[in-house]
Amino acid sequence: MTLKPTDLTRRGALKGLGAAATLPLWTRYAGAQSAEPIKIGFQVHRTGIGAAYGRWYDRTTQAAVAMINEAGGINGRPVEIIAEDDGTDAKRGAEVIEKFATQHNCDIAYGTLFSHVVIGSAPRAGELKLPYFVVSEGHHVASGMLNRYTLQPGITDVKSQVQAMAPFITDQLGKKVTMIFPDYGFGYDHRDNLVPAIEANGGEVIELIAIPPTETSFTKYFPKIPRETEVLYHVMVGPAVLTFVKELGEFFGPQAPEIFGFIDSLEAVNIGSPGLEFLEGTYFWEGMCRHAQPDQSEFETLYREKVGVDDRGASLADPKDVSTYAHMFGCWETLNVIKAGMEASGYSGPSDRAALIEAVEAMTDMPEGVEHPQGPKLFNGKTHQVFGQQYISQVQDGVLTRVHTTSIEDGMYPDEVDYTTQSF
Amino acid sequence: MSRVLALHLGLVALLLAMHFVLPAYHHGNLARVMVLACYAIGFNILFGYTGLLSLGHALFFAAGMYGMGLAITQLGAAPAPALLAGLIAGLVVAGITGALALRTVGVAFMIVTLMFAQAGYLTILYFGDITHGDEGFVIQPAQRVLWGLDLSDPSWRYLAAWALFSACLIASLALVRHPFGRTLTAIRENEERARLLGYDVALRKWVAVVISGGISALSGAAYGLLFGYAGASFASVQYSIFPLLWVLLGGAGTVLGPFIGTLFMFYLIDLTSGITTAYMLLAGVVLVLLTLFAPQGLVGEVRRRGWGWLP
Repeated sequence: MTLKPTDLTRRGALKGLGAAATLPLWTRYAGAQSAEPIKIGFQVHRTGIGAAYGRWYDRTTQAAVAMINEAGGINGRPVEIIAEDDGTDAKRGAEVIEKFATQHNCDIAYGTLFSHVVIGSAPRAGELKLPYFVVSEGHHVASGMLNRYTLQPGITDVKSQVQAMAPFITDQLGKKVTMIFPDYGFGYDHRDNLVPAIEANGGEVIELIAIPPTETSFTKYFPKIPRETEVLYHVMVGPAVLTFVKELGEFFGPQAPEIFGFIDSLEAVNIGSPGLEFLEGTYFWEGMCRHAQPDQSEFETLYREKVGVDDRGASLADPKDVSTYAHMFGCWETLNVIKAGMEASGYSGPSDRAALIEAVEAMTDMPEGVEHPQGPKLFNGKTHQVFGQQYISQVQDGVLTRVHTTSIEDGMYPDEVDYTTQSF
Repeated sequence: MSRVLALHLGLVALLLAMHFVLPAYHHGNLARVMVLACYAIGFNILFGYTGLLSLGHALFFAAGMYGMGLAITQLGAAPAPALLAGLIAGLVVAGITGALALRTVGVAFMIVTLMFAQAGYLTILYFGDITHGDEGFVIQPAQRVLWGLDLSDPSWRYLAAWALFSACLIASLALVRHPFGRTLTAIRENEERARLLGYDVALRKWVAVVISGGISALSGAAYGLLFGYAGASFASVQYSIFPLLWVLLGGAGTVLGPFIGTLFMFYLIDLTSGITTAYMLLAGVVLVLLTLFAPQGLVGEVRRRGWGWLP
């Protein structure tokens, strides 16, 4: 018997051993797979500023998963939700992603709303090669800031929402717009997208009033609103919003301009709360109409029933517990996209994660149905962002009544990234 | 080799050994804890050894994080110069803040440092065009390759965190055993007496602020670089309180205390958050109990109960 000479030299072998020595022991087992069920790590705002959203994201998630499991699960396997609180904190959010990937051995991660948590978590999801489906409505996904493992297939982003509002504002309400917004990221998203959108539709933003997030009284800002203002656009959020609306009403009295706001200000807040009477007759963007409309689809009726929400958008168990109705549908729809993606890719375990992402990237039309009760959508696989209809409601006799539905195209904009060119 | 050195080098060796045996989740956690422990080490130099309680250390942590992050995103710097930029940013901010804040003492010093940190936080929000405000920004994996080592890789990340922690721990040990460090302790124990002995107390306190701020900034810069994200939440009040809690838990004025406290608190939150949403309440209760029964912290208690030689 003769020994064949190989390319392996002593130096090469030592180099290999040296490189191997830097590897921790667990990397040898990183490929091990669990058989079933499919584990979805749910990053949820249980505490912190996003807790109200978290509570309803949780309920919607549980309802969607119960329905998916009743229908046989995904690829014949039941779905298990593993929830972890991210504390609405970027650092904790990233830690939770690590926990899903390396301790709970989740197949994918999903959830969460606040942009800083998503942006803080996405790099870790990318490094851990863990598909991360967010329900955040931030523009960070489509802007190209994140990575191929992060997708937003269940809710439109702020850029799209604001852009779609502009034609209605300028055509129906007025050309001269004054904007009041919180002086931080969420407000800037609105400022940066509304101004060009209004101008593109022949209008003009005549004043921008940024209010610090710590402010508790707003009276001193109102004299800055120019007299010629035809539309007042507001996106105030946080606990001071009730004071904001009350003081705005006291300032204007019956002489108010048209007022347009984002329902984000009043998510989880009863529109009939004392102090909000001034909102009568004003307009709101709604991702999904909180108050049941006369022409509500059968899919939305089913969705309300399954999530446990009444016709006023409050919990069936407690009418005072108002939901975050304009956003939480994103959880339901995202979970259904995950299901469709896993079925299309024949997902069987973590080794199929890349195939799952490719399957979702290949999606385009998402017709209205049980899976998409908010309305039809169009997914852009390159930017990992979904586009859909937006709703504008007017408060009429204390009821948010839909007065306009935008087209999907109203919210579309040119691609800013092509994630499909990034390797896995 | 003295037992002090043996103990500290032993910890360093143990942490290196952990790299090879820990399961993935705890491996990642320990990397994070080591970087944050550097922050606590920086805080401990000022609080534990000099006796100055700052409530605004997040300012230095964030100065390092943004100094590093903006050098990469705005100037296209490589990781090594970016880390240096973070360190310099922290030193400059600490130098200026220290010069102004040290004109006050006691409670006023706490309030002034708190206000400086708040001003820093709001400055980050104000310059949102480049800092991306509260949302923060991602430092892409391609921008995190240090001397050919991909810091987004868990192995290199752990080893980088270990190297940083080891350097900070040994430097901290050397500092407190150095005559300069001993004068800091003298200032903590009796500032008037130190002054009477002829030491320039004001200068030494300022240097302590700068060293403390510099280490905190280095930790912040490393945190951003290793975990790929910089955001304004790291400059918020919460992140000024964290190092205080870590140091109090571990033992103020002990070299090992910051690491033990950070590790303890990390797992306390990690484990209790799986049980209840009121996990910060549990953390508070534990802190109260520790303050009642081990007022000198975990390592301080060990020192009191027999290991009197612990630095």
